[in-house]
Order: sequence, then structure tokens, then C-alpha cells
Amino acid sequence: MFETLLSLSGLSAILTLIGILVVAYIFYNHGMSISNRSGMVIFDGDDQVHSESIDKKTAKRWQHLDESTRGHVIYLLFMATIWLLAGSVAGMIASIKLHHPNFLTQYEFLTFGRVRTFHLNSVAYGWLSLGVIGIATWLLPRLVHASISGSRFIFVGGVLWNIAIAGGLGAILLGFSEGVEWLEMPFWSDLTIAIAGGLIAIPALHSINRSKVRHLYVSVWYILAALLWFPILFLIGNMTKFHQGVEHALVNWWFAHNALGLWFTPMSLGIAYYIIPKAIGRPIYSYSLSFLGFWTLALFYSNVGVHHLIGGPVPNYVVTISIIMSMMMFVPVIAVAVNHHMTAFKHLAIVKEQTALRFIVLGAIMYTLASVQGSLHSLRSLSQITHFTHYTVSHAHLGAYGFASFILFGAAYFVIPKVLQTNWPHRKLISLHFYLAIIGIVIYVVFLGIGGWLQGQKMLDPNAAFMESTLVTIPYLQGRTVGGLLLFIGHAIFFLHFILILLKYKNTMRGKHE
Amino acid sequence: MNKTLVTIGAIIILALSGIVLVVIPHFSILRQIDHTNIPPVLSEQAQRGRAVYIDLGCVYCHSQQPRHKNFGPDYLRGWGHQPEAKDYFGQNPHQLGTMRTGPDLFNIGDRNPSLQWHLVHLYQPQLVVPWSIMPAFPFLFEEKTAPEEGDVILKLADMGIERENTVVASQRALDLVVYLRELKQKEKPDED
Ligand code: HEC
Ligand code: HEM
Repeated sequence: MFETLLSLSGLSAILTLIGILVVAYIFYNHGMSISNRSGMVIFDGDDQVHSESIDKKTAKRWQHLDESTRGHVIYLLFMATIWLLAGSVAGMIASIKLHHPNFLTQYEFLTFGRVRTFHLNSVAYGWLSLGVIGIATWLLPRLVHASISGSRFIFVGGVLWNIAIAGGLGAILLGFSEGVEWLEMPFWSDLTIAIAGGLIAIPALHSINRSKVRHLYVSVWYILAALLWFPILFLIGNMTKFHQGVEHALVNWWFAHNALGLWFTPMSLGIAYYIIPKAIGRPIYSYSLSFLGFWTLALFYSNVGVHHLIGGPVPNYVVTISIIMSMMMFVPVIAVAVNHHMTAFKHLAIVKEQTALRFIVLGAIMYTLASVQGSLHSLRSLSQITHFTHYTVSHAHLGAYGFASFILFGAAYFVIPKVLQTNWPHRKLISLHFYLAIIGIVIYVVFLGIGGWLQGQKMLDPNAAFMESTLVTIPYLQGRTVGGLLLFIGHAIFFLHFILILLKYKNTMRGKHE
Repeated sequence: MNKTLVTIGAIIILALSGIVLVVIPHFSILRQIDHTNIPPVLSEQAQRGRAVYIDLGCVYCHSQQPRHKNFGPDYLRGWGHQPEAKDYFGQNPHQLGTMRTGPDLFNIGDRNPSLQWHLVHLYQPQLVVPWSIMPAFPFLFEEKTAPEEGDVILKLADMGIERENTVVASQRALDLVVYLRELKQKEKPDED
């Protein structure tokens, strides 16, 4: 009986796979019917395309749309920045604790298990989530060529979201963690976030639905799908009481990887798909390819989660499915890479000129790197070494920081002056942040990557005591703290600059009224 | 057309992934668990200890899932055989873990059942393992000049450590150690 069931589920897995390929094929053809000209829709149908920073007239067209979301966008981005700061302070403390274990041990709420958790939740659900929502709020009116009706709901959702995060993070520090990675915040806080997510999604979906644009740009696809996925995922993921033991671990990683793959990634890619061509002033390299990228991302990324449990006590075939899907991820990754990088490389001079764009282009490059790395270390032979080590943390930061946060920084630098109708007060500060960020993340990822790899090799060596696997990482953990410090200084500069531009805006407003 | 396609496609794909990664395995895992051989549940005190383990976040440094003998030297390190689904039956939340800054703890009760060792180790790991980078948890202990009856005292003097006051374990520390001591592989599966 059990064998039948096993082969049955194995069969259904194979069928699913075939189904997925068929669907991919159909959408590939469908994608091909979308001409590259459709990609021009973001230039307002003009055949003449111009960088907004060059052509003042084109810029005017979007101005009233940008103004319609000003308050909401600024609120969401500002709060995101607060969580970035709080989260990176916690990240620094956690990082120092790993090589100086006696640092701040007397305070229970600052014990490693709690600050580390605070860090993750603050940067993931505070910084990244509110950040991409903020940018999407600005982006949607431009994509559907109309202001969002009921955007009040977005604001209310944002406020609720912040309250939920503040409460959830407080609960973690006080020891009320749910004890499941990526799902630590207590249920009441998760429920509030899911509701807030729903409130934010409704006006966005409504305005997409009402849109009369001749073609919905690919960014809309990504954002629409992500806004649907996140509240559902988050709610199901948090219904932890229904699962136990190994099954709970499956739900855990099904959720956690989908949070990355079906929330942060599509939102960030959607943003990059808009800003890269827009800031350069040329359409995306191969617009039809972007649809293949979208559908394959959705199909494959949603099934990779169990590669977090390779070698664990879970049914083998689930792990195998996730490994196969992880390899399939090369398809959407290459599609996106071709589009983003070819667009950027054809216009390198423009990219060099605009720091905001540099952030985004580098973010896109790190997306490719993180994804290739992720696919490769899903293979059993590599996972055996890297699993359970700091290598994974290095990979997480290449993705969450190098990719998602870089795109968010770039987008914030691009968007904020547009909605406030005033330039950044000190361009040098942006440059400084850029160099701190790039040097910091390289140090972070390279050091932890090497340290984690060595740790994994020691752990697998039957002749090495366990101690060696811990001790070998110490210098690399110290290196990580240095990298993290550079990132942190960058965040402080970003925050300061944000306040300065708000003050500048306030002054110009006052000037206008007088 | 496009928006409907995306909406429906997105939902179907999410449902599909839920079926493949969660629902189908749910049934195959259920089949694996023969309800006659479920390991005994934790004692009540150990369950309280497990809550302490969770709220202090031990899982971010310790896994509880030794790998198979053909997949690394976990067994040789005394971490136990690769467990099966039944070994985790009833655990909510799971604490499988994904990081091994410290050793796997699935079988720690077998490896080291000493109450005193664990208490001192939690109080200050470097007292028993000088190279340790595990954080100390001093807030789980109390310094007293005059310990009361029933207090569990850390025998630091026996280890050649001088402290002015006596160090007494809190209830949470005791619960936690009871949990650690109950972390044992209940029955050894046959060698293969
Ligand atoms: C920052 C990472 C970290 C955290 C958090 C942590 N540990 Fe550890 N743990 C270690 C390291 C490293 C070792 C190995 C050195 C040693 O024995 O102290 C270890 C060893 C142990 C050992 C001995 C294992 C053996 O095989 O000898 C036990 C038991 C233990 N930890 C329990 C706990 C408990 C309980 C918690 C939570 C209250 C915890 N640890 C939190 C890093 C950590
Ligand atoms: C100030 C700079 C930062 C420092 C010093 C830092 C440090 C850390 C540390 C110490 C951990 C715990 C790793 C472990 O358990 O061993 C961690 C985890 C993590 N951090 Fe950061 N971090 C920083 C910035 C960020 C940012 C901006 C993000 C963006 C989202 C981020 C995302 C994550 C993620 C996703 C994890 C979980 C990794 C895992 O699951 O193993 N970090 N970080």
C-alpha cells in the first residue's frame, strides 16, 4: 500500500513536471506573439524614447501621476529605512557575537538567538517588503496610466503593517518567538501583516483591472502575481498549528523559499524591468523573452523550497523534485539576465553616469550570480558541503542584499526625487553610499563564502574534530563584521540623505506658499 | 486577457507547488508513521525546556537532524543515526535547524547526560569548552550569597573555579537541561 502511494506521488510529481514543461512551452509561444514594440509602452507610446533625466517634456507627463502617490510612497520608504537601520544594528550585534561570544551576554533580549531573529524579520518584512511596496505604489500609476483609486487602503495597510512588525519584533526580543525560521513573529502579528498585505493588494489589483492601456508592461505581471502570492503564502505558512514534525519542516521551507522566490524576487525584478530601460531611455533588449522569464520563474521557483532539507529526514522524492526545479531555474535566470544585462551593457556610458542606475544594474548582476550559485549548491554533492554552514548565509546576503536591497536602494534614489520634485541635496553622498555598499557586500559575501566552505569541509572530514569546523570560520566571521560595518555606515548615510531631501522639500514648499 | 491569465496562472501555480511539496508528502509521511512505534513523548518538564530552547533560539546554531552514514561523518561524531519521520512525531514547532555553528543535538542526551556539565556549560560555555563560541546564558542563573533548600548549585569549585557567590540554576535552566537530556534516539534502527 505504501509503495503504491509512493509511486503514485512519484508519478504525479513527474506528471506535474511534464505539465510544467507544456505550460512553459505554450507561454513561450504566447510570449513570442508579444512584439518587442510592446515594451515601448513605458515610454507612453512614443516611438521617440528619451531618458527622463534628459527630456523634460516626457518627464512632465508622468509628474502628476508621481504626485498622486507622494505621501504614501514617502511614508512607506521612510518606514522601510527605519527597519533597515534597526535590522542592521541587530545584524551587527549578532555578527560580533559570533566571534566575541561574551559580547552583551548579560541581557536576555540581546542573546544571539533573539537579535539574529530580530535582524532577519526586520530586514525581510520591514525593509525589503515595505520598500518594494513603496516603489510599486509609485510604479503602478505609471504602468496603468491612471492614479490608483482607493490608494488610502495602501496607506492604511502600510500603517497596519508597521504596527504588526513593531509588535512582532518586540515579541521576538521578549522570547515569544514561534521558533520557525522566517515565521518567528507571533500569529497575531502575522495575521495583521496578511490583512495589511490584502489591503495593499486590493487597490493595486483594482487599478490593474480597470486599466485601459493597450498593453500591460511586464513589470505589472510580476507585481500583480507577487501581490496575489504574498498574502496567501504568508497566511498558510503561519498556520503552524496544523503541522508537526517533519511535515512542519516541509511547510516551513515551502513558505520560506517562496517568500524569496514569489515575493522579493518578482517585486524586485518588476522594479528593475521598469527602471533600467526607463533610466537609460531605451526599451528592454528582448521584450518577448521577458515573458518566458516570468512564467518559468513562477513555475520553477515555487517548487525549490525543499532543497533546504537535502540530507534531512524527509521523503527523498520531494527533495529530488526541488533539486530538479532548482536546476530549471537557469531558464528564467538566463532570460532575465539577457534582458537586463544586454540593455545595460549596450548603454554603459549612461549607466556610469547615474548612481541610482548603477545600484540597479549591479543588483541585477548579483541576481544572476546569486541564482546560479543557488542552483549549483542545490546539487546533493555541493549541498553536502555547504548546508549547515555560513556559506548559506553568504548566499542569503548575495540575494537579499546584493540583489534585492541594491535594487531597492537604486529605486529609492531614482523615485524619491521624482515624487518630491526636487533633486538629492548631495550627489556625493549617493556615490559614497554606493562604494560602501559594493565594497561591503563583496567583503561580506567573499569572506563568509570562503569561511563557510572551509567549515563544511572540516565538518565532513571524519579525521577533523568538530571543533576545527567552528574555529576555521572565526577570521572569516570577523571579516564579515567589517563588511557589515561598511554596509551599516552606508545605511546611515542613506537615512541621513533621506531626511535632508525631506527638509529641502519642506523648504521649497514653504517658499512656494509665501 | 493578460491580467486574467496572470491572476489565474499565478494562483494555479501556487496551488500546484503546495500540492507537490506539502500535500502529497503529507500522505506519504503519514504512511511512514506506524502508530505503534512512535517514540515516547517528552516529559512535561522537558516540554517546558523545549519552550526555553525555542525562545532563546538555540536552533540558529544547532541542528537536530544527523545525516545518513553515507552522507558525512555525523554518525561517527556520536550524533546518532539518521532519524525518520516518526522520530519527530508531534513536534510543533519543528526544530530541525539549518546551521551547525555548534554540533547536532539530536542525540545529545545519549552523548552527555551530565546535569552539572550542561548547567555549567549554559552558565558559561568557555568554563568547560575553552574554545567555545557559544554564547553564555548568565540570565538563566542567579548568584546567591546564601542558597536556599532545594536550590541546584553549580559545582564550580570542583572545577577549580573560584566565585564569591554561589551560582544557582533557575527553573528555566533546569527545564532546558532536562530537555537536552531527553534528546536521545529512542531505538536504534538496524545497521545497514
Ligand atoms: C552562537 C551559536 C550558538 C548558540 C546560539 C547556542 N549554541 Fe550551543 N554550541 C555552540 C558551539 C560553537 C558549541 C561547541 C562548543 C561547546 O561545546 O561549547 C556548542 C555546544 C553545545 C552543546 C554541547 C554539544 C556537544 O556535543 O558537546 C550543547 C548541549 C549546547 N551547545 C546547547 C545549546 C543550547 C541549549 C542552546 C540554547 C540555549 C545553545 N546551545 C545555543 C554554539 C551555539
Ligand atoms: C548591517 C549589515 C548586516 C549584517 C552585519 C548582517 C548580519 C547577519 C547575521 C549575523 C546573520 C545571522 C547568520 C547566522 O545565523 O549565522 C544574518 C542573517 C541574515 N541576514 Fe543579515 N546582515 C546585514 C544586513 C542584511 C541586510 C540588509 C539584509 C537584507 C535583507 C540581510 C539579510 C539576512 C538574511 C536573509 C539572513 C538569514 C540567513 C539565514 O537564513 O541563514 N542582512 N545577517
